[in-house]
Amino acid sequence: MATDASTGTGLVFDPMAQFLVKPLFGGDVINWYTPTNVTLWMALAILGISAMLVLGTSRRAIIPSRSQSIGELAYGFVYKMVEDVTGKDGLKYFPYIMTLFMFVLFSNFLGLVPMAFTTTSHIAVTGVLAFAVFLAVTILGFVKNGPAFLGMFWVTSAPLALRPILALIEVISYFVRPVSHSIRLAGNMTAGHAVVKVFATFAGLVALSPLAILGVVAMYGLEILVSFIQAYVFTILTCVYLKDALHPHH
Amino acid sequence: MEGDIAEMGKFIGAGISALGMGLAALGVGNVAGNFLAGALRNPSAAAGQTATLFIGIAFAEALGIFSFLVALLLMFAV
Repeated sequence: MATDASTGTGLVFDPMAQFLVKPLFGGDVINWYTPTNVTLWMALAILGISAMLVLGTSRRAIIPSRSQSIGELAYGFVYKMVEDVTGKDGLKYFPYIMTLFMFVLFSNFLGLVPMAFTTTSHIAVTGVLAFAVFLAVTILGFVKNGPAFLGMFWVTSAPLALRPILALIEVISYFVRPVSHSIRLAGNMTAGHAVVKVFATFAGLVALSPLAILGVVAMYGLEILVSFIQAYVFTILTCVYLKDALHPHH
Repeated sequence: MEGDIAEMGKFIGAGISALGMGLAALGVGNVAGNFLAGALRNPSAAAGQTATLFIGIAFAEALGIFSFLVALLLMFAV
């Protein structure tokens, strides 16, 4: 599919071409130090977050400016989410969760800029984020609760005969967490951006071009919503996992 | 007729895995519909449950995304 893309007049439409990792300054070889489009858009996400949170709130005005109120809104939103889901003792880990939320949100939104690269559409990126959460939460669970953390897999409210089977299911679902956590974000981003491109492909045919415009506008609007919801879901699932580590017995 | 039968199987498999999308839609619609039904009966309790709503939607949707992943694997990896 990647090779036999329909070629219009001078414009090449391949829905998956936007996800290719390319070196920024030409050449084909990618080493670990090569600046690629991934590096560029990750750096832009960091710059955007810094600009919003550091520069925006640097004046500390009583009556906030527009950028300051957006920064305060984002802070308050994540703070309330952590407090609601994990409780008061989860607030110690708020900085990490805020970092995750802002990074995922900015990567998702920056990927919507035309010609941009969506860093969160790659499992290599989301996988690292998800496995970091998984490792952190598992280690934290054992540090906080000791061996009692394993009691999370032994459902005492179930009949005794069912408990080994439930324990097996619980263990499997625990280890599937980082997989589904990362694939959910990457899959949503890949699928959504590819759909926008597929609608853009219709622009090559004159009869279908009004449909192409309508489709791209509609899907773009949906993608803005999905970008936010996926960042929200990624963060709130991190909070849920953190709650499990802090209070394994519900 | 060009290509071999394995190539054909890849395309058929990728197409069948698109069924997972419709099934995930059933799941997500079920979650959202039941939330709305409950929220209209007791609107004052609805605001506190939006987080649960999104978690439920995320879990239902993840399995649909897995079918998309299967399609991608069939097209590009197998």
